[in-house]
Amino acid sequence: MTKGRFGVHGGQYIPETLMNAVIELEEAYNMYKDDPAFNAELTELFNEYANRPSRLYYAQRMSEDLGGAKIYLKREDLNHTGAHKINNVLGQALLAKKMGKTRLIAETGAGQHGVATATAAALFGMECVVFMGKEDMERQALNVYKMRLLGADVIPVTTGTATLKDAVSQAMREWTSRIEDTHYCLGSVMGPHPFPTIVRDFQAVISKEIKTQMMEKEGKLPDAVIACVGGGSNAIGTFYHFIHDDVRLIGCEAAGRGIDTKETAATINTGRLGIFHGMKSYFCQDEYGQIAPVYSISAGLDYPGIGPEHAYLHDIGRAEYVGITDEEAVKAFEYLSKTEGIIPAIESAHAIAYAAMIAPTMRKDQIIVVTVSGRGDKDCAAIARYRGEDLYE
Amino acid sequence: MSRIKEAFQNHKAFIPFITCGDPDLETTRKIVKEMVKNGADLIELGIPFSDPTAEGPVIMDADNRALSAGTTTDDILAMAKELRSEIQVPMVFMTYANVVYSYGMEKFLSKAKEAEMDGLILPDVPFEEKEEFDEMCGKYGIDLISMIAPTSKDRIKMIAREAKGFIYIVSSLGVTGVRSSITTDIGSIVKMIKEVTDVPCAVGFGISTPEQAKKMAALSDGAIVGSAIVRMIGEKKTDAPEAVGLYVKEMAEAVHQ
Repeated sequence: MTKGRFGVHGGQYIPETLMNAVIELEEAYNMYKDDPAFNAELTELFNEYANRPSRLYYAQRMSEDLGGAKIYLKREDLNHTGAHKINNVLGQALLAKKMGKTRLIAETGAGQHGVATATAAALFGMECVVFMGKEDMERQALNVYKMRLLGADVIPVTTGTATLKDAVSQAMREWTSRIEDTHYCLGSVMGPHPFPTIVRDFQAVISKEIKTQMMEKEGKLPDAVIACVGGGSNAIGTFYHFIHDDVRLIGCEAAGRGIDTKETAATINTGRLGIFHGMKSYFCQDEYGQIAPVYSISAGLDYPGIGPEHAYLHDIGRAEYVGITDEEAVKAFEYLSKTEGIIPAIESAHAIAYAAMIAPTMRKDQIIVVTVSGRGDKDCAAIARYRGEDLYE
Repeated sequence: MSRIKEAFQNHKAFIPFITCGDPDLETTRKIVKEMVKNGADLIELGIPFSDPTAEGPVIMDADNRALSAGTTTDDILAMAKELRSEIQVPMVFMTYANVVYSYGMEKFLSKAKEAEMDGLILPDVPFEEKEEFDEMCGKYGIDLISMIAPTSKDRIKMIAREAKGFIYIVSSLGVTGVRSSITTDIGSIVKMIKEVTDVPCAVGFGISTPEQAKKMAALSDGAIVGSAIVRMIGEKKTDAPEAVGLYVKEMAEAVHQ
């Protein structure tokens, strides 16, 4: 088997033009990942700049209202730039700097990864170009403004469905045209090796902290951890340090208008094995292997594939992947806002929705941790529109 | 001798690419016959993919048009079989890994063999990932074509040693599409290839004029032209066969000189 495999998944399915670039990246990563100075610098950035460790908050009102398991929220929404994306970006930007790169390119869906990359580029004095589907630029206008304010060029992508998948394709095309000074700061646990591993390692800080915080607060591990899954970076970060423990791992995919409709982005539930965007994994596709135009209200989960490690965790039955519809996610978005005074990202609301479904079926001495991967300010206008209210940002 | 090897036998090879099903498969068939009549030595038949990550806008648009017109892999395999009864030049499919993988690698290759296809180019399957595809290609006597890029450097000999059919040298960084100039040192790449293999090599990406084609072919064993032809088809649609024929004649003559 070739490099970067998770069972049959993963690999490096990319044009020859990029091969030396990913090999160079892998070598650099292997050199720095256990380097004490690199890790000290990254920890300093995490703590002093990104506001880590993020809080593990006991959602008492939500827990009591649902009347079952105790629910804790891992507050990645309180990170600098408002989402978990900053964890990976600070790691990759620091690595890119060590590699002598002066320019970062990135794709973005909801805009959170784009904002995080633009932020790191500003901090490190690097050039930054972000590719974003035109459709998403309209859905997430505020984030587009932020990226530009931070000094990044935001390039609209009009091909295909003009969403996240097309932004990834365009960023890959851009990388093949300019490699020497440019690092492709991929935003999720996807793409060719070594990206799924690098991004996972930088996001694993989430489960590492949850474990420590849980032991401090409850003296035991949680019964289940829940996170939303698009490509799957906050989910793998939430799962990673629990993979070998007796803890249920639950990923919430965007079912859009339902997994029995064509307007869905639930890859594990509706996709099949394929090769795309540098990796072998599950993809939503037609009988001829043409990638399906997926749909979700959430721009961040609106992706036809899933990271290879998730595909593997699914294959071996270690993690469960459930579909959450737009309607269920919007209800959870409203529910958490009213119950706990926390407005979650619509992506994270998919995880909240499932927690609210299973908590009442669990005992009061059981514990669920839900990762609130991001804050919901960016989604308010879209949710208002979903509810028939004309609100402009 | 394989048909591909024969194509490079007497002179440098001119290799045109077109996207099958743009604007429709009947036009594709006519264009291929025109190209052969006008001196094409080897034909690359593109099977459209929804998300072709190595293509520039011209071929991306052609893929979209072909798919929107309802073109499927089955239709293309059937067309290729029909074409094979009419033309003798080698033909290779060029598409993306998922098109072949999702269809079923063995099913795809057995049908390609029925159409007497000679090779397969998958730009998103690099050296490291080729084994899985190569084994099945070998079983059906189809050459999996290797690509070498300007960034390949220390990988050139490794790739060339295991190459089959012909080697596709990517002339420039970036995606497919017309370029005003090609700055890569093709000569030194070819020199390294020739040190380890006698498999012929042709240069593609960015070539559109007879002068460029002649220059690239002089440095290697042939020139590959895609976007310039695909753009012409996009403009002239069902009237494209004649125009493409004239263009191919001029390009092939420049390469054959």
